[in-house]
Amino acid sequence: MNLEGKKVTLHDMSLRDGMHPQRHQLTTEQMVEVATALDAAGVPLIEVTHGDGLGGASVNYGFPAASDEEYLRAVVPKMNDAKISALLIPGIGTVDHLRMAHDCGVHTIRVATHCTEADVSEQHIVLGAKMEMDTVGFLMMAHMIPPEQLLEQAKLMQGYGANCIYITDSAGYMLPDHVTARVGRLRDELDADVEVGFHGHHNMHMGIANSLAALEAGASRVDGSVAGMGAGAGNTPLEVFVAVLHRMGVETGVDMWKLMDVAEEIVYPLMTHKVRADRDSLTLGYAGVYSSFLLHAKRAADKYGLKSTDILIELGRMKTVGGQEDMIEDVALDMKKAGAAE
Amino acid sequence: MTTKVKAAIIGSGNIGTDLLYKALRSETIEPVWMVGIDPESEGLKRAKELGLKTTADGVKGMEPHIADDKVQLAWDATSAYVHQSNNELVKKYGVKMVDLTPAAIGPFCVPPVNLEEMVGRDEQNVNMVTCGGQATIPMVAAVSRVQAVEYGEIIATVSSRSAGPGTRKNIDEFTRTTARGVEVVGGAERGKAIIIINPAEPPLMMRDTIHCLTKDAPKQDEIIESAQRMIAEVQKYVPGYRLKNGPVFDGNRVSFYMLVEGLGDFLPEYAGNLDIMTAAGLRTAELIAEEIQRAEAA
Repeated sequence: MNLEGKKVTLHDMSLRDGMHPQRHQLTTEQMVEVATALDAAGVPLIEVTHGDGLGGASVNYGFPAASDEEYLRAVVPKMNDAKISALLIPGIGTVDHLRMAHDCGVHTIRVATHCTEADVSEQHIVLGAKMEMDTVGFLMMAHMIPPEQLLEQAKLMQGYGANCIYITDSAGYMLPDHVTARVGRLRDELDADVEVGFHGHHNMHMGIANSLAALEAGASRVDGSVAGMGAGAGNTPLEVFVAVLHRMGVETGVDMWKLMDVAEEIVYPLMTHKVRADRDSLTLGYAGVYSSFLLHAKRAADKYGLKSTDILIELGRMKTVGGQEDMIEDVALDMKKAGAAE
Repeated sequence: MTTKVKAAIIGSGNIGTDLLYKALRSETIEPVWMVGIDPESEGLKRAKELGLKTTADGVKGMEPHIADDKVQLAWDATSAYVHQSNNELVKKYGVKMVDLTPAAIGPFCVPPVNLEEMVGRDEQNVNMVTCGGQATIPMVAAVSRVQAVEYGEIIATVSSRSAGPGTRKNIDEFTRTTARGVEVVGGAERGKAIIIINPAEPPLMMRDTIHCLTKDAPKQDEIIESAQRMIAEVQKYVPGYRLKNGPVFDGNRVSFYMLVEGLGDFLPEYAGNLDIMTAAGLRTAELIAEEIQRAEAA
């Protein structure tokens, strides 16, 4: 694979996707410490939000240590070069949250929908573009539909005014060929000035391979997470990806050694959950289940005396989508009843 | 014999069409007009076949006929964006409005909780919150009738096929209006609403999760009894409304996992979100129609 001379914008997820393994309990001080260090290492874009996006604070997803606004007001003014992004999932967050984020100085808004439901993002993408934000459409669980259908959805988001569309492997299910087909289709058919991005999960340890495939197929933005801190087995570990890219002659603008220090000295020590491809995370990837379900399923399994992999497989069989965390206790109760009846 | 009150359905999409089927069975209301904006709309064709007058020119297309056809009641099943102007127009002719969009100009009505409060108030415009609100607010109210609820959160999951373009364009209004309904009608101090659209095939049945955080330790027996009574109330007009799991008591958290099976009037049974909305809209309109009939008899 020859990627020599390619340019890529790397986007760190540790302070948003990484909120999942931290049960949304990162403090504003920790957010500032990590973001400042990432900024110093040359990471150009850093996401800061509740794991489930703006407005995610809830019984369903977990109440965070601080509000989105508190995190953003603490982090944004501390950045020298890095820009801050926020995630917004329509149905959870609203344009009110988007206005708040814009007011906090957020540069990039990423509007996320399930891959078949792009038309719920119209209000939010239109407003983001109108406020001249870097406005990104984020198609989640993109493994569930073929490239042609993804393209239709991507075109909707492009039509609302998004300047970048993401193929999002929320379940860490994709293999490199899946990524190539999807990213390639979007790159061929979307307007030339609309970027294509890729967001991976490391549940099958395909984060690096998939991200390389995305770059080769024409993606110009790639998400990763320092120390891999993200839902499931985490996101593409950013410092590892940077090392690979530098060996391949790809321009990232990131100082690899500094980034390795951030992982080693700041992020690994603060992790409260071991983010790795353990039995449950691997099950997520293998069965194509939303990575954020991981800790919720573990808790339900403990509470009701079930096996967490059984719960996750059932959620996959039911074709649950991102955000359906409320199904987990419901499914566990069903399984417990069924078990008692046997 | 009292004559039925004549009514118009504004909006020929999923909700408007489902409502039409239900309204045709009403003993107090006669649907006479169906208003749409797309001449190719299936909903308008169906309404025409069922003997209604139709227009594809919006409420303006019906305006010249409102007085002659004695339209006294209207449902708006379009979107929050156009509800205000629809309402202004019919209001000039003294038409009472039952608003099925999340525009929320008028007071909220969730029939099993506060329909009786609407009697005698002569409201021109009554709002039906949202489908998710109709399916969940009764359970929040069931808890808050027992003890103080500091926080009420609902998660409504509907199938892609049952979420029409209006719902999709209005997704923010859905979450905002539902959250406010959880507070105002449900009685929670703070409300939060989440909606999920799931494209699985075959389509999944409408599911609703309700989490209440009570101020003090939950009075379990009283909550269970209050919830059972409330479910029975809802089942009077939506027979497929049922508790799938729960209530789960976990510290101060009280959670209900509900399933809403529709009557299958227009969309199949999975679209319980349509049914609970249209059934509640019809129930509310019938109450208003009875008041109109009483006023005319007097």
